[in-house]
Amino acid sequence: MLAVRVELTVNGERHEADVWAGESLLYVLRERLGLPGSKNACEQGECGSCSVLLDGKLVCACLVLAAQADGHELVTVEGLGQDGGLHAVQDAFTETGAVQCGFCTPGLIVATADLLARNPSPSDDEIREALSGNLCRCTGYAKIFDAVRLAAGS
Amino acid sequence: MTTAARTLERGRVGESVKRVDAIPKVTGEFAYSSDLFAAGMLWGHTLRSPHAHARIVEIDISDAVGMPRVHAVLTHADVPGAQTYGLEFADQPVLAIDRVRYFGEPVAVVAAEHPEQARRAAERIHVDYEPLEPVVDPERATEQAPIHDGRPTAGHGFRDDARPNVVRTIVIRHGDPDAQAEVSVSGVYELGIQDQAFLGPESGLAVPDAEGGVDIYVATQWLHVDRDQVAPCLGLEPDQVRIHLAGVGGAFGGREDLSIQIHAAMLALHAGRPVKMVYNREESFVGHIHRHPAKIWMEQRANRDGKLVNVRAKILLDGGAYASSSAAVTANASSFACGPYAVENALVECTCVYTNNPPCGAMRGFGAVQSCFAHEAQMDKLAAELGIDPVELRLRNALAPGDSLPTGQKITGSFPAAEVIRRAAALPMPEPEELPRDPLRLPGGSGNTTRGQGVKRGVGFAVGFKNVCYSEGFDDSTAARVRLTGTGNGLEAEVDCAAAEVGQGVVNVILQTARTELELDDVVLGSATTSSVGSAGSASASRMTWMAAGAVQLAARAAREELARRGGELKPAETIDVERVYHHRPTTPLDPETGQVTGDGAHVAYICAAMRVVAEVDVELGLTRVVWIGTAQDVGKAVNPQAVYGQIEGGTAQGLGLALMEEIQTRDGLIANASFTDYLIPTTLDMPPVVAELVEEPEPDAPYGVKGVGEPPTVVSTAAIVSALRDATGRDLNRVPVRPDDIVGLS
Repeated sequence: MLAVRVELTVNGERHEADVWAGESLLYVLRERLGLPGSKNACEQGECGSCSVLLDGKLVCACLVLAAQADGHELVTVEGLGQDGGLHAVQDAFTETGAVQCGFCTPGLIVATADLLARNPSPSDDEIREALSGNLCRCTGYAKIFDAVRLAAGS
Repeated sequence: MTTAARTLERGRVGESVKRVDAIPKVTGEFAYSSDLFAAGMLWGHTLRSPHAHARIVEIDISDAVGMPRVHAVLTHADVPGAQTYGLEFADQPVLAIDRVRYFGEPVAVVAAEHPEQARRAAERIHVDYEPLEPVVDPERATEQAPIHDGRPTAGHGFRDDARPNVVRTIVIRHGDPDAQAEVSVSGVYELGIQDQAFLGPESGLAVPDAEGGVDIYVATQWLHVDRDQVAPCLGLEPDQVRIHLAGVGGAFGGREDLSIQIHAAMLALHAGRPVKMVYNREESFVGHIHRHPAKIWMEQRANRDGKLVNVRAKILLDGGAYASSSAAVTANASSFACGPYAVENALVECTCVYTNNPPCGAMRGFGAVQSCFAHEAQMDKLAAELGIDPVELRLRNALAPGDSLPTGQKITGSFPAAEVIRRAAALPMPEPEELPRDPLRLPGGSGNTTRGQGVKRGVGFAVGFKNVCYSEGFDDSTAARVRLTGTGNGLEAEVDCAAAEVGQGVVNVILQTARTELELDDVVLGSATTSSVGSAGSASASRMTWMAAGAVQLAARAAREELARRGGELKPAETIDVERVYHHRPTTPLDPETGQVTGDGAHVAYICAAMRVVAEVDVELGLTRVVWIGTAQDVGKAVNPQAVYGQIEGGTAQGLGLALMEEIQTRDGLIANASFTDYLIPTTLDMPPVVAELVEEPEPDAPYGVKGVGEPPTVVSTAAIVSALRDATGRDLNRVPVRPDDIVGLS
């Protein structure tokens, strides 16, 4: 199988990997770089559980080939907290009971952090629209909305 | 804005406590079953049947075997032990033998160094199929050739029904099934196939040991019953197969049956290397069982005062190709067919059939969802016929302690059906919203399909119930182990319990119970595994809170007694280590001829919920918007109230999905929508606010009076939402999911 070398900066650290040309960015993060926080729920861009920031832009890592990300900067859920502490969005999710099985959680946290960076005080409708690409099967979203409001107010 | 105070880190029973696994889950460190890694690991892949029904003439693996970096290519001929397995009946082949019975049935498995190599190798396996006519219409299944040789479920004490393709038939005769009354309403109701659609795909890692055994790390709902199915198929003793709970990305019943367990273990034992398997979403849709689709014919006879006199129901469930837990689902669908209402006469006939459609088994609500959709539609119809308010009609008939179900089982524990009805009905509904408004708050949403013209508002109501714990003689006990260790200046405690944490929060239930009983804040929870503690039973049937709390309470009290015997203190490193097994009260099977209870009764206890729904419907385009949901639920005692509300909100969302959008579409048994592009589950834009009230009437037999919480919101919400749509449209809407065509009258 055709191998290519990719260089990625993930959460501030440079990584190199020799990958099969067909590998997604999600696969490389999870299986080659030891960063399985981004999740593999649908691998077709429908569920948002693999949401990461690619050069600051929110993307589904499953829809980006690793080779496309060569030379770019990424932030994953593992890189959101600073100085060993939780990001405000992570703290809000733990506080409000927004985590059940938690499989959607990393993607929702990255998407929420992105929303609040762009719009620090979103209305309820803006929250609903911004997070409509992130599926959650456990919570019915109520406590996720609580978490976003709590993080926005903090 | 949320005003919640910060949740506790280490609370006791009855307090809202932060999940012990919350921080690893928000940081990405929590290891789900698809996140695992081992040195030298191979990737497994499954070759599946493209046919719903076919004879296998030949399987030729020779091309695949010789491919580079491919380490194992296995078929049924390589299964070391028993060729079949199953939760209740071992009717499902580990790998298809001479016939495939459903679309996606596993035929061969491959292990290679890269997942793409494994997939390509599987493509090179040549299977010669001779397609057979699939049995796909459950109404005709009992007249077609049997899809299994013999009758896999015969001889288990069930009613003798010799028609082909019958999994189980139950007939419940109660009072005088021919009793007449002043009015009668009837209807025919249908439910499509719902999928659990947990987000974490089936996955896991099998690691061979040096002595012929294997460790399997997997997302499951019941570790010990997995082991008891896996070991015989591997030809191993139970203690050679150790099953460890890996992080579970949701379950909802869909992980009761095996998925990768035997396949990954076979590949690992064959290759002598660890093997990881991860289904993708398409494979997940064929890789687990679904909620039974149903067709229900129901007649209610009542007097003018609203009193139900007789309920007559016929229920047909499509079990698909293998039995899974269909027999128990059949018992539930029939036991709860008359609703949470006192009725002196009933005739309920429920049959589950084998077909070549996707296999069905456990999903949240487990047979009660299907029945609730029918009996609640009937109650609205009856209310309209009698000119009685629908809430009042339900109150007049509500079951209460001392009453009996149509199975003859007398309700001896708590059963606050009237209270949940009153509390749900008393919740203030939102005022109609002004126009114009943001299209996000109109049917059609961001599709911007209306400015409000053609939009009608409706209000619906429903009540539902089901049992807690397993039933009909099944002793689904739970073990827990408590270890106290002296530290020099006090005690440390560790608790082991194999209860599967599937997202519901049982880890907190275990810890809160242990802290309460031991009167210690620092309690550590061991990992859930078959190798350190006895069976916990399944994380299903709304039973895990009750049973885990019961087991931990027993073990903790035993540890405290021993501590007292030793003078109340332990020397440094001195330990007390006790394991105790908690049993719920015994149950007995239904009589196969009459469907009446025998001995102790078929069920342990009941939980109920009532729900009111406000919905808006664009009656011209058939689009819907659920505006508001208010519900009251009987929970016994809330161990962790924040988690209880979370279960109610999430369970409600799954019922909303079945009401409005979720259906596995099949064509001649082939699944046509195995993706989240085509199988839709509710998003943030679909879910309204859910106002929930907890009704805490303690269950006398249960630790702290707990019951369960997972299923009632799912049981009741489909019925309640469609009730609101009927109110808005004036149409019958007798099938879910309700489609736009149904709303505008095109179907």
